[in-house]
Parts: sequence; structure tokens; C-alpha cells
Amino acid sequence: MSAPVQTLNPDRVEGATRRPMRLAELWLLVLAVAAGIGAFALVGLALHDSLPHHFWFESLSLAALALVAHVVVRIKAPYADQTILPAVVLLNGVGLAMILRIQESGTRGAAGADVVRNTQWSALGVVLACLVIWFLKDHRSLRKLTYTAMIASLVLLALPLLPGIGRSINGARIWIHLGAFSVQPAEFAKITLVIFFAGYLVTNRDTLALAGPKVLGLQLPRIRDLGPIILVWAASLAVLVLQSDLGTSLLLFGIFVAMLYLATQRFSWVLIGLVLFAGGAWVASQMFAHVGWRVNAWLNAFDPAVFNARGGSGQLVGGLFGMANGGLFGTGWGQGFPYLVPFSFSDFIYTSLAEELGLTGMLAILTVYLVFVERGLRTALTVRDGFGKLLAGGLAFLIALQVFVIVGGVTRLLPLTGVTVPFMAQGGTSMLASWLLIALLLRISDAARRPSYDPGIAQIAATPVAEHVIPGRDNTGVIVIPGENGLNSHDGEPLTDPGDTSTTDVLAPVPSGVGQ
Amino acid sequence: MSELTFTLLRLGYLVLLWVFVLTAIGVLRRDLSTRAGGGAKERRRHRDAERAAAAPVPAAAPASAPTPVAAPQSAPRGATGPTRLVVVAGPLQGTSLPLTNSSILIGRSPGSTLVLDDDYSSSRHARIFPQGGQWFLEDLGSTNGTFVNDQRVTGVVPLPPGVGVQIGRSVVELQG
Repeated sequence: MSAPVQTLNPDRVEGATRRPMRLAELWLLVLAVAAGIGAFALVGLALHDSLPHHFWFESLSLAALALVAHVVVRIKAPYADQTILPAVVLLNGVGLAMILRIQESGTRGAAGADVVRNTQWSALGVVLACLVIWFLKDHRSLRKLTYTAMIASLVLLALPLLPGIGRSINGARIWIHLGAFSVQPAEFAKITLVIFFAGYLVTNRDTLALAGPKVLGLQLPRIRDLGPIILVWAASLAVLVLQSDLGTSLLLFGIFVAMLYLATQRFSWVLIGLVLFAGGAWVASQMFAHVGWRVNAWLNAFDPAVFNARGGSGQLVGGLFGMANGGLFGTGWGQGFPYLVPFSFSDFIYTSLAEELGLTGMLAILTVYLVFVERGLRTALTVRDGFGKLLAGGLAFLIALQVFVIVGGVTRLLPLTGVTVPFMAQGGTSMLASWLLIALLLRISDAARRPSYDPGIAQIAATPVAEHVIPGRDNTGVIVIPGENGLNSHDGEPLTDPGDTSTTDVLAPVPSGVGQ
Repeated sequence: MSELTFTLLRLGYLVLLWVFVLTAIGVLRRDLSTRAGGGAKERRRHRDAERAAAAPVPAAAPASAPTPVAAPQSAPRGATGPTRLVVVAGPLQGTSLPLTNSSILIGRSPGSTLVLDDDYSSSRHARIFPQGGQWFLEDLGSTNGTFVNDQRVTGVVPLPPGVGVQIGRSVVELQG
């Protein structure tokens, strides 16, 4: 027993049995935090030749949040994807820097920007995410909550309509007031809805995918299977009509159609969804004045009458001017005039950043979003259960759609709708919900990339361990998959040597190549 | 500060952003190449394994029995053995599972290594396990059966790489 051990290359045994070091993540986090702190410093230097107020508070908070999240992920989700967390920390840091920059400008447009408060929300978000990663052992347990999630979504969506706690701000009745806090419950409803859709679709996808007539080469669903999509369509229209919230309405319906497509792989659902959406949107733009204004401001943005009108295209065009001022390389942190645009720190944070970082910077930011979404979809592809696939795919698509809708809105590709730029824009609820989403995605990613013999999900074989212990290594190396003990041990073969196996694929990439 | 300093800082910041992006993409790229099974690290590992197998050849045959630690790691996945189990058809299409030396349980129960959400699969449907340098397939008394080449599997059969195993609506196969 002991002789062959010496023939083994100790590095190989070590390399395969240890949990991933997550050095790539650590290094990316260092870069991300540096980008955040660098931006804080540059804002102060440009505005008043010294470090800005709150510089140390902001910098230390950002670094501490990144570190805490990294440590928790390393302990509880060691196999999770290594680029997700750094991408989010970078976006969060850059967003905070822009809020700080607007606030420091001290102009009329800065009223409402509050970087300290937003940092506190970020911190709360990270804590929430860590709790989820810590206590949610397996994303599959969420499947049991499918219908609970549905009810929770409906309650959350309906809360702002209740008299007493519901409040209408800037024309949209999407807020509830709880003591000192105003929250937008719809932000959480998006996530609970993704959970519900994933659970519902994984159970019912066969009927949705297989039954139905074929027309013009397109497999159409049966009429009675249209029920759920009609229901969600009606709910998103209700959000639009009762709460005047174009953005959320679009997101809810978009996620559902995308997840239907993910689950059934049938393009007819996308067509039906697009037709229903186009019809609903057209009717809404005719029937509801505020939707009509948005469309008009989009199509005729540069018409002087529309530009000067209250609620016209002034804000939109201001953002366009800002981006034009930024050009290819931007004006530099603190040197543009982003505060001239109303809500330059929340809905219009994209144009504010585009002014100061230029096209070059914004392409980098958009690529970070792209990397994030790609990791989400890759997780969906790799994970080994259908529920996890739909959940990860839905969450990744939610972020992608949200970025598309708001960035498309402020760049005049689409009519402007008020959704937040995930991770960047000021807004407490949005920040909490985004971090919650990250936690779920990291959890699924961990399950997707975890080798099947890892102690985290497998049990430690009690008896055969003693024989196969490799000196100098702890005994957790020998593992049996739960429920397989009997099957595995009867053949008398050594159970497992978790030595050099192909699962090293999913271990941490070695740091070489990262640092170079 | 001078105009020049500001310009340098401004451009330097953009460089920092892109360094982050490119580093992240580098991590992604390495992930892709190792997942495809052809990463540089992986190839080096293969070479190591071959060299290790080649060197003690004269003594290898009798030695393999008393080297339980070394044997299983090179046996099922030597130079040509399969390295992963891939779902090639069905709802989980595209999912791949790295092969280890433990057996893989396939079925609907959440404890399975590969969980199939498929009404036609049993909760403990089949298992695939390595023995003596080869992989075997065993039907665990499933209701609807496990099929290889349209033949229902009874008992244990050897499973060469590239042969599709039909379980419910899914097809899985071992790939190198």
C-alpha cells in the first residue's frame, strides 16, 4: 500500500484533490477594485485637486465587500465561475464612482445622488448574497418553491397598488413605503418569477413542446396550452396599465418568452410572444398618454416642440449630447457635464459614463456585461438538471434584456423605458435584487462545475478510507456518491483515487497566464 | 495638475478597464479549451501519463495489481480512454460530466450523478462504471429500459466510447 504512493508525483495528487484556489477570481477582483478606487481618486483630482469626500469610506467599503464575497464564495461555492463576481464588483465600483462624481459636482442635477447610501445598499446586497450562498446548499431545493414563488411574485407586483403603502413617484406607481425606506418590490418579483417559470416549465415543457398542429413548417402549440403565456402577458399589461411601468412590463414578458424558448426549443413561442408584445405595445401607445409620449419622444427626439415639452425628449437628447461630447476616449473622470441630464446618476448613468469614459470605456463596460451573461448561459449549458438550466438561463437573460432595454433606451435605439442599469445605477432595491441574482447564479455555477466526487455533495466513505489514505493528505479524499455505497464497494476495487482525473478541468485555472 | 497628467490618467484608466476585460476573456478562453479536453495542461498530463506508463513497462503487468493508488487513475482514462460522459440528445443535450473513477448513476432521483427530468426514466435507471480499464453499463431494473443500438440492455455490458445509450428521451455517450 505504501510503496506505490512514492511513485506518484505529489504535485499531481495535490493538484487534483485540493479545492480550487480561485486565484483567477482573486486577481480579477484586485483589478476590479483598482478600477473602482482609481475612479474615486480621479473624480476628486479632477474636481478639486484632492481626494474626494468619502474617498476612504468608499474605497475601503468596495475592497471589503469584494474580499468578503470572495472568501464566502471560496468557502461555500468553491467551484463557481471565477469571472462572475469580479465582473459585478467592477460594474458596482464604476457605478458608485459615477454617483460620487455627480454628487460632488454639487449642481442642481446632483440633487438626489447619494453615494454613501448607495454604498450601504451595495453592502447590504453583498451580505444578502453571502447569506444565500452560505445557506442555500443546492439550487434544486428552490424547485419546491415553484408555486410559492408565483404567489410571491404576484403579491410583490401588486403591493404598490395597495393604498397606504403604495406610492407613486415620477408617474410610476411602483414604490412602497416602509418606514424610512422606499422599495420597488417589482425588482424582487423578477427573480421570483424566474424561479417560478423555471419550475413550471421544467415540469410542463413536454406538453408545451410536443403537442399541437404544424402550420407552414412551424410547430404551433395547442390553444389550451397558451393559457400560461396569456396569463403572463395579461399580468405584464396590468403592470403597464395600473402602474405605468413600461420597463418592468417589458422585462416580465421578455423573460417569460425567452424561458419558454429555452425550455421548448420552439421558435413559434418567440413569434407568438413578439406578436403579442407588438400588439400590446401598439394598443398601449394609442390608449395611454404616457406611453404615447415616450414613443413620440423616441421617434421625434430632435423636434424642438418635443425637445422643449415637459416630459418630452429633453433628457434623452441631453444624454445623446453627453455621449457626443465624450467621443472616442471620453472627457475623463470629472471633466464632462453629465449632471446636466436629469437622473444622470440612475436611469441615465450609462450616458454619464459614456461622456466621461468615451466609446472605448463603454465598449469595455458592455463587454463586461457580455462576459457576465456568457458565464450565465454557459452555466445553464453545463449544469446537470433541467431546473438549474432554466433558472441560470433565465437569470442571465434577465440581466441581458435589462441592459439591452435601458442602454437601447438612452441611445435611442428603443423607446426609453425606466429600468435600472444592473449593478451600476443608483437604487437600493435594484442593487439588492441584483446581488441576490448573483448569489443564485454563483450557486448554480458551483453545482455545474463541481466534479461529481467532491465532498460537498458526496459522502465520505466510512470504511474503505483507511486503506487508501495517502500519507500527508486528509482522509476526505475517498468519496462515494450518495446512494451508491452498496454498488460501489461490492466489486472490491479501490473506490476512488481522486488523483489525476479529468475533473481537474473544472478546478481553478492556475494563475499563470492571468498575471502575464 | 497639468493637462498632460490628466490626459495620461484618462487614457490609463481606459487601459485598466480593458486589461480587466481581456484578463476575464483570457480566463474564459482557458475554460473553453480545457472543457474541449484539449487544453495545454491536459495534453501535458496525458504525456506524463504515457511516459509514466511506458517507463516501467517490463514490470507493469504484475505491478498493476499491487498499485491500487496509481492503477485506477491511469486505467480508465489512459491515453485513449474516454474523459467525459456527454448527453447528446434529449432535454439536457450538451451537458457533459467529467469521468472520475467512481461510477455514474443516472436517473430521476435528485441523488443521481446525472439527473434526468424525464417521465420515461426511472428514479435509479442505470449506472456506468469503470472496471479494469474499461467502462461498463448496467441497467438497474428500470421500467422502460436502457437501450444500446436499439437493443435492450440486461445485466452488465461493456460500453465503448462513442456508443449512444438511450435512457428515456435522452441519449448519453462516453467521449474521449
